[in-house]
Amino acid sequence: MYAFEIDRPMTLADAVKALGAEEAQALGGGQTLIPALKARLAAPARLVSLSGIAGLKGICTADDGALCIGGGTTHAEVAAGAGAYPALAALAANIGDPAVRNRGTIGGSLANNDPSACYPAAVLGSGATVVTTNRKIAADDFFEGMFTTALEDGEIITEVRFPVPAAASYQKFEQPASRFALVGVFVAKYAEGVRVAVTGASEEGVFRWSEAEAALTARFTPDALEGLSLSGEGMISDLHGSGAYRAHLVGVMTRRAVAAAG
Amino acid sequence: MPEVSMTVNGKPAKGQIEGRTLLVDFLRDTLGLTGTHVGCDTSQCGACVVHVDGRAVKACTMFAAEAEGAEVRTIEGMAEPDGTLHPIQQAFQDHHGLQCGFCTPGMVMSAAALLAENPTPSEAEIRDYLEGNICRCTGYHNIVKAILAASGQDVSRIAAE
Repeated sequence: MYAFEIDRPMTLADAVKALGAEEAQALGGGQTLIPALKARLAAPARLVSLSGIAGLKGICTADDGALCIGGGTTHAEVAAGAGAYPALAALAANIGDPAVRNRGTIGGSLANNDPSACYPAAVLGSGATVVTTNRKIAADDFFEGMFTTALEDGEIITEVRFPVPAAASYQKFEQPASRFALVGVFVAKYAEGVRVAVTGASEEGVFRWSEAEAALTARFTPDALEGLSLSGEGMISDLHGSGAYRAHLVGVMTRRAVAAAG
Repeated sequence: MPEVSMTVNGKPAKGQIEGRTLLVDFLRDTLGLTGTHVGCDTSQCGACVVHVDGRAVKACTMFAAEAEGAEVRTIEGMAEPDGTLHPIQQAFQDHHGLQCGFCTPGMVMSAAALLAENPTPSEAEIRDYLEGNICRCTGYHNIVKAILAASGQDVSRIAAE
């Protein structure tokens, strides 16, 4: 790692101030950023650790029934505390491994927007709202492609608000070495319609599969997806699987998710 | 250089660090607690697992500065002061849960975190919990067996005798 300064503010206001410094970067749980720093893929002059800010942690239910999760809440805390949204708790319980889940945070995962991360699928699939120090961002406007989001410099994710669906499931086809999603599909059924979000597959990062959404809104059974498929064009192709293979997996995992959601 | 202070194995510990000093380097190089190992240094292998405020974390993927004020427990904090092994350590010895031993500190710390959460895990739950701890010698069977035994469960039926 290149040398850098590290700050550990105890309040959000101090964190925002510290992030105003030249080449400063926020540090969530560090489970992606620290390996990236070791590989010298990132070289900030200053890291601002958010782990000391108590106000960023915790889970609660809003007046409108939405499940609100603080940006600094760890995957293990979501797995244990998001019982009101079982598909989300199950997703969190299967990220990485236990030690990674004790450090990694929902805000860190979303800000990083790894194309194979699990949380972006839940946030987009739920039509959640990302609340930051500056504004509220709808999930449909938040993800802007691989490792890219609508976040501006110095903007911190303080909370994510998930409307709780009538039924939902996340199905992940794991890349066994990294435990990231080779393909992961989050399906959620709301009164307004069904949402289907796919991670791990596209070179553009997480996306909604609109044909599947329309078919499942009409009829919420795995059979409704009969005849629907995605092209391998624009899908990630690497040593773990070709674009065509990933495109095929999207169909398989979507059917499994619908079957599991019931 | 900034200073960090924490409690390690029940004793106050402090030292000078750089921003980039990892918790595992602080434990090993500053405090001389070399029981915590660095295997892969990329958060895959789990040889560096320690407990921070009671939770298992990979000490190679956390900065020392982030452990300010924390309660840290390492493999050196497991045995009694008179050298009597912790029941998990004893079970690893009894059931031959190690060969080269390099991964063992992390395995024992992960096992301790598991048993604190789930005092009588099934074989499948143990294997699942050890997802982030890699052993290249044993094939895991005797590690799983040792953890089952340490939890007070019958180990006569486990595979690969």
